Amino acid sequence: MSVAPGIAADGPPAGAEPDHAGGSPSLSQLAGRPLPPVQQLATATLALVVAGGIYLAAHLPRHPPLGPAVALLGLAGLLLLGNALALSRVRDFAWGKFRLVAGWALLAYLVIAGMLEYVFVYDGTRGGTLVVLTLMLAIFALDIPLLLGFSVARFQPPGE
Amino acid sequence: MAQAAQEVGLAPTGVIAPVDGAPPIPAPVTIVPVKGLPIVAVVIAGMIVAIATNQIWALDFYHVVGGGLWTGIDLFVGLIVGPIIGSMPVPARVEFSKRFMPKMVLIMPTLVTMTLGAGWQLARHLGNLDAGYPHHGWLVASYIVVGVMAVIALGLLEPANLAVLFELRKERPNGLLIEKLMRVFIYTAGVTGLMQVATLVIMTKLATG
Repeated sequence: MSVAPGIAADGPPAGAEPDHAGGSPSLSQLAGRPLPPVQQLATATLALVVAGGIYLAAHLPRHPPLGPAVALLGLAGLLLLGNALALSRVRDFAWGKFRLVAGWALLAYLVIAGMLEYVFVYDGTRGGTLVVLTLMLAIFALDIPLLLGFSVARFQPPGE
Repeated sequence: MAQAAQEVGLAPTGVIAPVDGAPPIPAPVTIVPVKGLPIVAVVIAGMIVAIATNQIWALDFYHVVGGGLWTGIDLFVGLIVGPIIGSMPVPARVEFSKRFMPKMVLIMPTLVTMTLGAGWQLARHLGNLDAGYPHHGWLVASYIVVGVMAVIALGLLEPANLAVLFELRKERPNGLLIEKLMRVFIYTAGVTGLMQVATLVIMTKLATG
């Protein structure tokens, strides 16, 4: 296999299909150690928050029944907490890289969430709808940095 | 230009090639192209002014330009560039990724913010958000399409993009890992590209009534 300078030559032959029968290792295997399903849980959390946001946005500017949105919010919050807890128990992990990526992502997504919050307030969203939207934005702003930090750190040497 | 590059030991691909015949040293990989940040800041500031002043032309400009570019890039990358990258050998993919992915880190979030921010305000200003609007169902359909694309982009595409960039910064990047992550990137870009077709249908329907 011809590889670019400095690229480890442990990939399949150029142009080959690496995933068919017998296949090459999965991304989880390439991470080199067992890790909780942080990416899957974070994506599920994101999907719940987005679904709740769509439900509320579809009813604006009226105040919709909040039950479905609160249920989605609660489930998303539980998933995020469980995900963070599961990740915090991992010892063999590149926590330095995780903090680097998650920290900058948190800054970026706090700005984005803040802008969205401003738009909702500016557009006259009030009361329970605003509270639910705000909490959804908070989960969104925490979930994405967790996801991005994990996605990078899982492939880095532990301790970096 | 090429001559100047040879004089300072730079290969046309951007790889630093020492003149003594030693193996070339890969150029360092940028995660976020800092030079592009002022452009992003100006674009976002313009969008905030458009929203704050509620100027219909400015809102329409931001929504149409942002949406057109977002849709076009998604379709082009997902359906044209993606399959081409997929057929390239791993070293070529790596060299392409080094130059392509940092730019996407800045371009796509900016376009998405422009499109959605200005679009939401435009719809509110025109009364399209109201449930009584005759095409409200189409609007909700657009929320769903954007929502699905957001989950795919933020849950799969962007993590793969960042992981590739960090892998490329290693002294000895893992070619297999890069190929796997690029595959995720290409597939998800293809899916979002196809979903953009639905966006085109919905938006043209809304625009023409």
